[in-house]
Amino acid sequence: MIDFTFTEEQEMFRKAASEFAETSVAPHVAEMEKTGEVSDEVVKALGEAEMMALTIPEDFGGLGLGYTARMIALEEISRISVATAMMLQVFALGIEPIVQSGSDELKKKYLPALAKGERLSTTAVTEATGGSDPTGIRTSYKKDGDDFIVNGRKCFITNSHIADTINILTKSEDDPKLFCVFTIDRDMDGWRATHKEHKVGMRGCNTGELAFENLRIPKSQLLGEEGKGLRVSMAAIGDVGRGGMVGCALGLQVACLEESVKFANERILYGKPISALPAIQNKLAEMKIELEAGRLLAYRAAALQDKGQRSSNEFAVAKYFTCEAAQKAAKMAVDIHGGYGCMEEYAVTRFLRDSFVLGPSAGTSDIMKVIIGRWVLA
Amino acid sequence: MLNIIVCVKAVPDPKEACNIKIDPHSKTLMRCDVPLVVNPLDKNAMEAALQLKEQFDVHISVLSMGPPEAGNIVKECLALGADQGFLLCDPAFGGADAYATAFTLAKGIEKIGAYDVIICGMASSDGSTEWVGPEIAAILNIPVVTMVKEIVESDRDRWKVKASLENGYRLMQVKLPAVFTVTRDLNTPRTLSFSGIIKARTKEITRWAISDLGVPAEAVGLKGSPTIVSELSSTESKREAEIIAGTREEKAEFLVQKLADVGVL
Ligand SMILES: Cc1cc2nc3c(=O)[nH]c(=O)nc-3n(C[C@H](O)[C@H](O)[C@H](O)COP(=O)(O)OP(=O)(O)OC[C@H]3O[C@@H](n4cnc5c(N)ncnc54)[C@H](O)[C@@H]3O)c2cc1C
Repeated sequence: MIDFTFTEEQEMFRKAASEFAETSVAPHVAEMEKTGEVSDEVVKALGEAEMMALTIPEDFGGLGLGYTARMIALEEISRISVATAMMLQVFALGIEPIVQSGSDELKKKYLPALAKGERLSTTAVTEATGGSDPTGIRTSYKKDGDDFIVNGRKCFITNSHIADTINILTKSEDDPKLFCVFTIDRDMDGWRATHKEHKVGMRGCNTGELAFENLRIPKSQLLGEEGKGLRVSMAAIGDVGRGGMVGCALGLQVACLEESVKFANERILYGKPISALPAIQNKLAEMKIELEAGRLLAYRAAALQDKGQRSSNEFAVAKYFTCEAAQKAAKMAVDIHGGYGCMEEYAVTRFLRDSFVLGPSAGTSDIMKVIIGRWVLA
Repeated sequence: MLNIIVCVKAVPDPKEACNIKIDPHSKTLMRCDVPLVVNPLDKNAMEAALQLKEQFDVHISVLSMGPPEAGNIVKECLALGADQGFLLCDPAFGGADAYATAFTLAKGIEKIGAYDVIICGMASSDGSTEWVGPEIAAILNIPVVTMVKEIVESDRDRWKVKASLENGYRLMQVKLPAVFTVTRDLNTPRTLSFSGIIKARTKEITRWAISDLGVPAEAVGLKGSPTIVSELSSTESKREAEIIAGTREEKAEFLVQKLADVGVL
């Protein structure tokens, strides 16, 4: 029989993450919304709570807890702050290529500090000429002895201005079919974070551009085989990137439902709370149905991932479903709030803005359908 | 080594207080689906022990009496950093009042054996009697300080603590072993950590039933409870608002008179 229950330990992880989010993240949400800037305190708290260590193997200073535990943590943190969950999810996306494809030397060099939050990471693929189509990127590498010289720009990179350990996807100057992923770090000259984006939502999570100018990278920083970089970055984005977005979406679905239930029970019309109205109950039911379904998709994919099985197709389904559901839930939550849903004092306005930022990250809904279509026809 | 025993109670989550109901016949709490959590003030008790463990050679045992599900909250305390867990669990312990609870816990403490300090929360969020800590001390025949808000000195054989009073505090020096009940002013309890949860994997919870404690069934649970709740009634709290008009002086005078009329001043 399939056991759909969380273990006692997983329930405790949920409690730990939820306590963390409520005590260490919630007090900073208003400030992050106001300034749009990353909260140093939140980053520090994430490190102290070992949130960056979840997916790093124990041999390299991590907790080695895997992806179900990570999904639980992201869901609980996103329930309080989607921006913080997004930042955290991309730390893991920056860590994963090193775990999956890094040499032992690179793992020793970076993973222990990444686990402690002393280093912060991201993975940079997207460029103006290639988002959904990563082969369209123009950032190039050229060999120079044992080194590689990289030139180009990346855009829409999460943690661009706070990360100091970044995996970048580059294309061969000579052969457009060859790609390399390198881990670059703060000690290297020839790269910098440039433009900072102002996003409609997920304020407090940093997104921006990176520029590389004759960036010299020693061969030891190469992840995986030379020329096979596309596979390195896509493998991490497929499971960890998509999975992370699913965690963010689930947390937002929960937040929308909770906030709606609260408002519906408090708002009195016709002498009764509006939760007594069938139209309101209908919306709440829809939100609940999609949350339950989303959770099943999410945690099944995470369970496959924990078993070491391929999970990127299952995560494509989960990402499509939960990101769309979170957008719907946010709209319904705003609708339930009536006029109050247009006023920024109400958290649902933030939920609506955040929900729209979930879509493109780690692949748009269209792209998820492309992947799912391919899966069906394979 | 200093042996600390922290007594913790599994209580219905106070955040879901609106879903807690009282059985009109037995006048006890109906648990319904409300999840059990560590009694909030017991978290302060745990935190006090954990802070001492960070400085000295301390062994922390967690002790709870409760239903089998209370094992989860003992586990949680192990994940916070306690070394060993004990759960006193038997249908015979059910329905205990403060005295029967203190008696059963005291028997558990005697069976654990080594103890220098026993820390309890000042009260539980569901029962709120504030009696269990002092009663444990009485049964074990050791001193007790209630409502501790600061541990000033924690020497191996005596502690100096500040105990809250309505308008101040008492500074007390107590010889160990002793019982301390603590208030929320004592500290800010830490939250669970993922690595703490992993470490708790290998920590054990010892479960003792009535036969393990060697006490007669009449001495524990409902049968061993001298308190009888004869009547329960709910009170309705009403609020009234009144807007005061006039100059600042008039308003102040009116307000003082009003407060005097209702007996606040
Ligand atoms: C908040 C945020 C954080 C991000 N973080 C990172 C990061 O850390 N690292 C990183 O590398 N990237 C990051 N990205 C970039 C993200 O991966 C891209 O935005 C995404 O892949 C889409 O690319 P694009 O923006 O270039 O849109 P395009 O690829 O230009 O898409 C435009 C439209 O065309 C549709 N479309 C494209 N191809 C197809 C197709 N084959 N079939 C059907 N429709 C299609 C898309 O669905 C979309 O509607 C982030 C983006 C956001 C918004």
